[in-house]
Amino acid sequence: MFKFLFDRDTWQEVYDSFSKNKLRSILTMVGVWWGILLLIGLLGSARGLENSFNRLFGSFATNSVFVWGQSTSKPFKGFQEGRRVRLSLTDAKKIEENVEGIEFVLPRSQNQASVVRGFLSGSFQMAGDYPLLDELQKKKLIRGRFINQNDIDDNKKVAVLSEDVYKQLFEKDENPIGEYIQVNKINFKVIGMFESGNVNMGPSTDIHIPFTTFQQIYNRGDRIGWMMITGKPEYNIKQIEEDAKLLLKNLNKIHPKDQRAFGSFNLGKEFSKVTGFLTGMQFLTWFVGIATLIAGVFAIGNILLITVKERTKEIGVRRALGATPYEIKRQIVVEAVFLTLVAGVLGIISGGWILIALDAAFGQGADAAIVNASVSIGVVFIALLILVVLGTLIGLIPAFKATSIKPIEALREE
Amino acid sequence: MLKIHQLQKSYPIGDSSLHVLKGIDLNVEEGEMVAIMGSSGSGKSTLLNIIGMLDEADSGEYILDGLPIKDLTEKKAAVYRNKFLGFIFQSFNLINYKNAIENVALPLYYQGLKRKERQELAMFHLEKVGLANWAKHLPKELSGGQKQRVAIARALAANPKLLLADEPTGALDTKTSYEIMAFIQQLNDEGKTILMVTHEEDIANMCKRIVRLRDGVIMEDKKVNQVRAEQYV
Repeated sequence: MFKFLFDRDTWQEVYDSFSKNKLRSILTMVGVWWGILLLIGLLGSARGLENSFNRLFGSFATNSVFVWGQSTSKPFKGFQEGRRVRLSLTDAKKIEENVEGIEFVLPRSQNQASVVRGFLSGSFQMAGDYPLLDELQKKKLIRGRFINQNDIDDNKKVAVLSEDVYKQLFEKDENPIGEYIQVNKINFKVIGMFESGNVNMGPSTDIHIPFTTFQQIYNRGDRIGWMMITGKPEYNIKQIEEDAKLLLKNLNKIHPKDQRAFGSFNLGKEFSKVTGFLTGMQFLTWFVGIATLIAGVFAIGNILLITVKERTKEIGVRRALGATPYEIKRQIVVEAVFLTLVAGVLGIISGGWILIALDAAFGQGADAAIVNASVSIGVVFIALLILVVLGTLIGLIPAFKATSIKPIEALREE
Repeated sequence: MLKIHQLQKSYPIGDSSLHVLKGIDLNVEEGEMVAIMGSSGSGKSTLLNIIGMLDEADSGEYILDGLPIKDLTEKKAAVYRNKFLGFIFQSFNLINYKNAIENVALPLYYQGLKRKERQELAMFHLEKVGLANWAKHLPKELSGGQKQRVAIARALAANPKLLLADEPTGALDTKTSYEIMAFIQQLNDEGKTILMVTHEEDIANMCKRIVRLRDGVIMEDKKVNQVRAEQYV
């Protein structure tokens, strides 16, 4: 068999039969080419979309829920409804200690602040944060550093700015690190700058200062704006949200069935919706791609069947000259596999081009819809393997048909 | 060389069957040149096809060069055809996308010869039929007589024991027919055994023996004085 595959005559025969039936061969190949092109194109695009979602969520701990206080909607334990609910550091601590599956509880306070630097000023979202925030919601620092534990412990008046703030308050190419900005008439030293425009989940913040400093300058004491609760990966974030809320209601003397006392945004839930969509899309992609591929292979089988029918007489002549049925079959199968393989490889190449084009059209910039649209080399090989196997099987049908009739009947065929 | 005893063959036609060969006895010695004659439906082509192992007999004996031919698998039949038999058809049956030398080399390919040997042998036989200069031409570029000569070269290429010709001149005009017959006679002179189906008397008279079939039985089997074809060319 190997000798046969490396024999020049084998390929001469294949070449001859193709050059004789150019149009038909090309039409046949278009079927498979189109199938694998679609498969590669669809898989690559799906991967690209997935990558772009992953980039959006990638810098964020997705197994998280945000909780903030609102107003009660039910009277409870002598309190009237409509009471304002405020979260406190104690609440955060209690949740961290008592709810199962908690990884972190991160209290945050946030305010609109007017910021002045020399003659320039602006109004920005300012938050008091712990260093932990940088781990849950990764900041892309361009310069300097984020808040650290020292800043917290010493209530340091330092600030980390977003690029937007920098653009409004500083000259172009000016180094902001070590410079001062004024917030509520208090000077803050700039220690870091991060890239904005990176779409992050959750409320965006322009200026981060140490949590303790924030509590001090706004006289917040124990009260916090909201908290971010992150669950361990193996725990269900919906359950954690319910447990935490129940505990909070207990601590703040709120009716257990009060639905409006706490507001929340469950990032994990939203995220799983997206990933579910992605999984569905990937399934669809595979389904469509493989179905198209199979259709293409059947097209090859169909055409080969016609070819064999048309070449019945030639096959009869060859058999009269001493070709064994095995030799005839082998030739037809080799032609089928060769056709599928060439069409498949062409499909893979042009599928790659489509992905390159997609990348050029939609894959550039920070907020690209498709990021690094690609297919793994393994998938490509599996697709090729499927093609070759199906090509062989489908080639066997006309091959058997060709040799099942008697040579004399084949010769009589006109 | 060839021994046939009580050969029978029938073809099913709908519910009934058509008895084509009703017990044929035929012996052909080496070096003979036999014409099988008969009107259409007499069974002459069926007989030739059975001898050529393209078709199978229902019953009877067929011994080719001491080798009983029966219960052939397709593979075995293919090997025997390749080794023992050379075919010449009325419609030439050249493969139309292969040039003359490739057509001649085809049986050698199935014999498993190396490419170079095939080319040399095929060229030798093409020279023999006088078409060395046409080796690279496709069948459609050749005249009818040239095509049949390529077909003869192909039949000779594998050096068969027996040459089977099914109306070899049926598609040719008289002059070309005689040229081809002159060539076949020359092959016979060199010792090839030749079996030919024809319904033309003049062609049959160029053989050495005429076997007449009618309705599936041999009516007449006689030796004739061979008319040499060269004199008409």
